[in-house]
Amino acid sequence: MNFLTKKFLASAVFGSLLAVSAHAATLNIHNGGDPQSLDPQKLSSDYENRIAGDIFEGLVTEDPKDDPIPGQAESWTVSQDGKVYTFKLRDGIKWSDGQPVTAGDFVFAFQRLVDPKNAAEYAYLQFTIKNAEKINKGEITDFSQLGVKAIDDKTLEITLENPTPYFINSLMHYTAYPLPKHVVEAKGTDWVKIGNIVTNGPYKPTEWIPGASVTTVKNDQYYGEKDLKIDSVKFFTLEDQEAALKRYRAGEFDIMTDFPTDQYEWMKKNLPGQAHVTPFLASYYYVLNATKPPFNDKRVRQALSMAVNREVIGPKILGTGELPAYSWVPPGTANYGEPAYVSWKDMPYKEKVEEAKKLLKEAGFGPDHPLKAQLRYNTNDNHKRVAVAIASMWKPLGVQIELYNTETKVHYDEMQHGQVEIGRAGWIADYNDPDNFLGLLVSGVSMNYGRWSNPEYDKLIKEANAQTDLKTRAEIFKKAERLALDDSAAIPLYYYVSKNVVSPKIQGFEDNIQDIHRTRWLSIKE
Amino acid sequence: MIKYALRRLLSTIPVMWIAVTLSFFVLRLAPGGPFDGERPLPPVILKNLAAHYNLDKPLIQQYVIYVFDVLKGDLGPSFANEDFSVAQQIMIGLPYTFTIGGLAFIFAILIGVTVGCLGALYQNKAPDYLLGLLILVGLVLPNFLIAPILQLIFGIHLGWLPVGGWGDGSFKYLVIPIVVLALPHAGRISRMTRGSMIEVMNQNYIRTAKAKGIGPRLTVMRHALKPAMMPVVSYLGPAASYLLTGSLVVESIFGLPGIGRYFVNAALNRDYGMVLGTVIFYMVLIVVLNLLVDIAYAWLDPKVRNR
Amino acid sequence: MILNPAKRELLAAELLEAEGLSHKSRSLTGDALRRLSRNKAAVVAIIVLVLLILAAFLGPYLIPFGYEEPDWAAFRMPPDMESGHYFGTDPNGRDLLARVLYGTRVSLAVAATATSVSVVIGVLYGAISGYIGGRLDAIMMRFVDIMYALPYILFVILLMVVFGRNVYLLFAAIGALEWLTMARIVRGQTLSIKQREFIEAARASGQKPFKIILKHIIPNLVGPVVIFAALTVPEIIATESFLSYLGFGVQEPLTSLGTLIAEGTDAMESMPWLLIFPACFLVALLMSLLFIGDGLRDAFDPKDR
Repeated sequence: MNFLTKKFLASAVFGSLLAVSAHAATLNIHNGGDPQSLDPQKLSSDYENRIAGDIFEGLVTEDPKDDPIPGQAESWTVSQDGKVYTFKLRDGIKWSDGQPVTAGDFVFAFQRLVDPKNAAEYAYLQFTIKNAEKINKGEITDFSQLGVKAIDDKTLEITLENPTPYFINSLMHYTAYPLPKHVVEAKGTDWVKIGNIVTNGPYKPTEWIPGASVTTVKNDQYYGEKDLKIDSVKFFTLEDQEAALKRYRAGEFDIMTDFPTDQYEWMKKNLPGQAHVTPFLASYYYVLNATKPPFNDKRVRQALSMAVNREVIGPKILGTGELPAYSWVPPGTANYGEPAYVSWKDMPYKEKVEEAKKLLKEAGFGPDHPLKAQLRYNTNDNHKRVAVAIASMWKPLGVQIELYNTETKVHYDEMQHGQVEIGRAGWIADYNDPDNFLGLLVSGVSMNYGRWSNPEYDKLIKEANAQTDLKTRAEIFKKAERLALDDSAAIPLYYYVSKNVVSPKIQGFEDNIQDIHRTRWLSIKE
Repeated sequence: MIKYALRRLLSTIPVMWIAVTLSFFVLRLAPGGPFDGERPLPPVILKNLAAHYNLDKPLIQQYVIYVFDVLKGDLGPSFANEDFSVAQQIMIGLPYTFTIGGLAFIFAILIGVTVGCLGALYQNKAPDYLLGLLILVGLVLPNFLIAPILQLIFGIHLGWLPVGGWGDGSFKYLVIPIVVLALPHAGRISRMTRGSMIEVMNQNYIRTAKAKGIGPRLTVMRHALKPAMMPVVSYLGPAASYLLTGSLVVESIFGLPGIGRYFVNAALNRDYGMVLGTVIFYMVLIVVLNLLVDIAYAWLDPKVRNR
Repeated sequence: MILNPAKRELLAAELLEAEGLSHKSRSLTGDALRRLSRNKAAVVAIIVLVLLILAAFLGPYLIPFGYEEPDWAAFRMPPDMESGHYFGTDPNGRDLLARVLYGTRVSLAVAATATSVSVVIGVLYGAISGYIGGRLDAIMMRFVDIMYALPYILFVILLMVVFGRNVYLLFAAIGALEWLTMARIVRGQTLSIKQREFIEAARASGQKPFKIILKHIIPNLVGPVVIFAALTVPEIIATESFLSYLGFGVQEPLTSLGTLIAEGTDAMESMPWLLIFPACFLVALLMSLLFIGDGLRDAFDPKDR
């Protein structure tokens, strides 16, 4: 009981303090998962990104529509061959302890990112930088060989392996954030603890209760501090979405970063305008194991792909209106224009089924010789629904499906070992460029779960990546995409939507394709 | 008494060691590792991670390293959380789980015994049947069903209590979680109390006391209560471990930062250190609680004490 | 005073009947069953349970819908007489009535199997331990004590994680938890039965210990074993619901009452029928089991009332 009494007193004192200070605008965000760390080089998920992007800022940062704008760098120039970028850092940028942010902090951060000893999961995102991959693999041990150099305290020069049109975009990612060299060197791994951590973004973290919440407050050293309308943010960890929705309704949360699809209809009626469903740069698909018969037969793959009634999935099965996927790269991806589509996209569904039956017959399957396969997915309500529905869509073709689900880690482990016949996968874009999706089908890549391999495709991808002209690049990519689609390399099903619930009090929340909403653009209207 | 307690404590150490060893190896048998996910990592990164966490060493060696660390008090790093070690996370989460679990325990005993006694007093009359029915409903509905219902009624529609979270620690945040956690146990305890009370009250010495005119029902109750409590007390040991199980659900639904949630998530995420840490912790807890129960038993029944 | 001899006899027979002492049956079980049949609540509970079992195993043959086929025309529909979906449909378009019946079947199967496993293991273990006594008994009971100390639900979850979600493993795992208490009870009973004369007689006549255990001890354990079994079935169903809620229970497309309720809870406000029907079935099932358990306990052990 002592514990409670102490807590009582503490909260009473704190409460009265709060009452005395001006009404602080606090944003309560439901964040879904507990962050793995506050160290931006140790993250990998979107809920960690939300916090990291508020407390740190890179050379470039996001505007409300998630387009890149100058952040810590006020301007930059690109060399003729597209491989060297020179950044001029803004005046007056500081860490939250008052120390200036220098180009040296960026060099330090990048070197630390690719250092194999630190085992940063996302180091590969910055492999576009010269020698990054070689250092990370241990082939080069001299870190000064990394293509990131500080010309002086305010000038940073980055050299790339190849000209990369999406490079500026990729600098928005948390792997490109600077680190406070003076703190990390002094405190080692303890630098992220709440008492030590020092950041350069609009906000700084002040409390972290693992499994419960992370609290941040305005960073008074931030150059744009005066424009910040929200004083403090609390990110709540809560995986149970139903419980989270109840707390939102009780006013305990202002923003929910996901909601249970079953509630969408109910929310449209009872919380009008608050549920945001926006196309999201991510693709949901099934892979077929191209090394195992009968899936090595392109006709079988195409038949299965055609027989899926994609139009029903989003609106009916999931209920949130996800768009059907007939291309590999989601429409709306930057630097691309309209993607390539499968040749049978506009056929009426009945015809697609008939054609599918024909193809299966040609491949040797029929009512007396049914195609049997195991469909695997990782445990999740939505995946379950889609799988059940698709299995029943394939039934009229005489295909007998065994459903099998395992937890996420097991599922991907088996997918990576090429052990599944038909497996569910999803891919969320790391950066807004078609290469991020097309790279999934390149031979030998571990993400190529179906092991589909086509040397012509690989050649095209490589060729495209060497282009400096964006248009030619896009054209070559499209050729590759069409090749993959014609061969039914995999079965794209639908494009994700991002789901948020936003209280009408919040202003400045703009729906965008990567679902990034930095607190600096938001305000609360009481 | 103290010697008895110490002897019991010591005898549990080998048990704990067996449990931890079992857990350690069983967990490693599980398919999937801590770093498999929707975006597979390039092999070079995986290699670095494995080296970083000693996962590339032979299993026996990892086990030995682990045991020695534990003896030093270091429960190892947590894969799911870089900034806090397993021991730190457990330490942080403990007070929350304890507070809620402890209060729920007390609540369950108080309510359970009271309702049980009432049922025994008014045996087979209207209050008995009514209470009995209510108890049954509380026993039978799963706690993951009761929790959202209470959240809806009291949190949203009536707005009397917060829907979740720990907030500033004030009592209103604890009310619904405690009720949800305690309800099934209160139910069981009340049934046991009632049955036990009835049995004791029919015993000859109570009847004699009644015949002698000891007084109104309440006095009879006081005489009957102590011996009637015995079966209830023996339920308390397992009850404590059931409470911990219940906390898995309650902490998840209400977003309370206790250690109950850690276990399931840790198992799913193959966070080896966290799983083992929680197992060790729960075992210590159960051992201590069972010990307390035995002591209580001895106190209640002089026959046992004088053994 | 009744002078008419015929009437006196009739009265005597009636009195004997009332006391349950008529010549009709002498065995322990027989007596117990007669007492049970007088317990109104228990009888009602038995009827309800039998109805539920019948519905669960025969019902699905009477319904036009399967439990796993989506009805593309009827997604998320509330109960509707015309379409034949008396309980409505779930978000996958599957008929809820069919699913509830299948779910009941699965829950019952889990409970029955787990109980059987725990009874078989527990009775054998406890009887052997109690009868042999001495060192063996001490060691065997120590083992039970050790197992008791382990946080069993953690181990169940661990096992589920390791071996995947196999329904049979689920039964076995749950059964493997319950045998401990059964063993303890059986051992206690065995200790007291052991002392009785007919056991001595059997031993004197040279019967092998195992035969004695099988033929004499175990049949006399029926009372406590049945009571305990009846009282643990609700526990097992509750454990299965809990595991289903965590995602470890029965796998798609099979379902259980626990899974249905977990799904229904999420849709409480938007699709209340998804919750109400399975919940009613669960409540009916568990309550009837509890009443039967209570009734059995009173029947075998008529100390109160």
